[in-house]
Amino acid sequence: MENIADRILGGDVRAVAQLITLVESESSKAVKALSILHKHAGKAYIIGITGPPGTGKSTLINQIIKEYRKRGKTVGVIAVDPTSPFSGGALLGDRIRMQEHSTDKGVFIRSMGTRGSLGGLAKAANDTIKILDAFGKQIILVETVGVGQAEVEIAKSAHTTVVVEVPGLGDDVQAIKAGILEIGDIFVINKADRDGADKLASELEMMLDIGSTIYSTTQDSTLRAPPKNFRLQSIRKNENVWRPVIIKTIAKDDVGIIELVDAIQKHFEYLKTTGRYEQRVREIAKIEFMEIVKQNIANYIFEKLSKGEIDGFIEKIVTRQLDPYSAADKLLAKFK
Amino acid sequence: MGDKKIRVLVAKPGLNGHDRGAKVVARALRDAGMEVIYTGLHQTPEQIVETAFQEDVNVIGVSILSGAHLTLLPKVVQLLKERSAADILVICGGIIPEDDIQELKKAGIAEVFGPGTPTADIVNYIKSKM
Repeated sequence: MENIADRILGGDVRAVAQLITLVESESSKAVKALSILHKHAGKAYIIGITGPPGTGKSTLINQIIKEYRKRGKTVGVIAVDPTSPFSGGALLGDRIRMQEHSTDKGVFIRSMGTRGSLGGLAKAANDTIKILDAFGKQIILVETVGVGQAEVEIAKSAHTTVVVEVPGLGDDVQAIKAGILEIGDIFVINKADRDGADKLASELEMMLDIGSTIYSTTQDSTLRAPPKNFRLQSIRKNENVWRPVIIKTIAKDDVGIIELVDAIQKHFEYLKTTGRYEQRVREIAKIEFMEIVKQNIANYIFEKLSKGEIDGFIEKIVTRQLDPYSAADKLLAKFK
Repeated sequence: MGDKKIRVLVAKPGLNGHDRGAKVVARALRDAGMEVIYTGLHQTPEQIVETAFQEDVNVIGVSILSGAHLTLLPKVVQLLKERSAADILVICGGIIPEDDIQELKKAGIAEVFGPGTPTADIVNYIKSKM
């Protein structure tokens, strides 16, 4: 399997895709290749794009890809769609909106099902990010449907997280779940030509409790450019904190995209100048490392147990002879 | 996670805009536990092959109702061969006259599933080839 890593570093698209498949199926064959690729990763800028279904994320991503390509960047995309818990299958249709880039060698798009395991998805996504990074993609966009914990998990792997909302999704204030609000660095109000866009923007602003500048542009009004010196106000004397930015877009009409990509760039610059970038990189590495260690420990222990032993404990738990905590202690006692 | 899924690309090449059949098949394959990448209308053979590569699919299912099957389908197979990917199974559906089926098979299309084919047949065929 060293061969697959070499093929990837040599630019072989199919090798990239095949390794991603191995990663998704948790094949041990992937580990060797990932070890080799690790040295070559760490250059890409990772942007998470999340939000409820129907907000136009895929269309938005299509436009973001276009803008980055104009700016001379190569782009990798991971588009996640839900796997059916009943059939285990998935209809992965995000790519439809991005097909204009399908023969552009500077763009690599991979569709991924959630496959029913929270931790599993995050791991597969992380490994895929690393593969695309080593493959040379400078910008990596990860699209998820922001309705669950998995999305928050994946956001931990991104340098910048973009949350996409649209006006009129029921009760606007309630539609913005707390978890998503906390992970967003940039909030996009897509389909901003719809009624309620301004209202949503003010509500978001209030909820974020900040005096952020709203960049908006419609087809009629002129663009309000971000201030030249994008200095952030400190809320405490010695701390520079990023105030989440709210951007209005109409993705299908290619409106607001330049402002969005500029805002992502501003966030990147903020991370770099405040040292937060290195901090994020360390956090991401720590989370990944600890997950792998935990998984290895669990595998080690479960390999040494027979099904009978575990069933024995379950029986005792169900008949109330043992509680789960004591049972776990007994089980682990043999390893101490 | 932890198991290998069958990944299928469902594509509609060329000018034909009727995709209900393709969507029916896509849903049936999903319900059979496969991961289906549906790329929508107006795909060129080059786009289909490039997408198949990035998505590491096992099968490409092409739907054509426009009559252009004798040009577009062999082109897909040819591109796959040129790029050393003849291992990807290519099947098709849509409006394909009986007389053309043999020619398509000679050109490398594994099987043709015309209108009225029970989706279970397509599912079973794919599973048997994996």
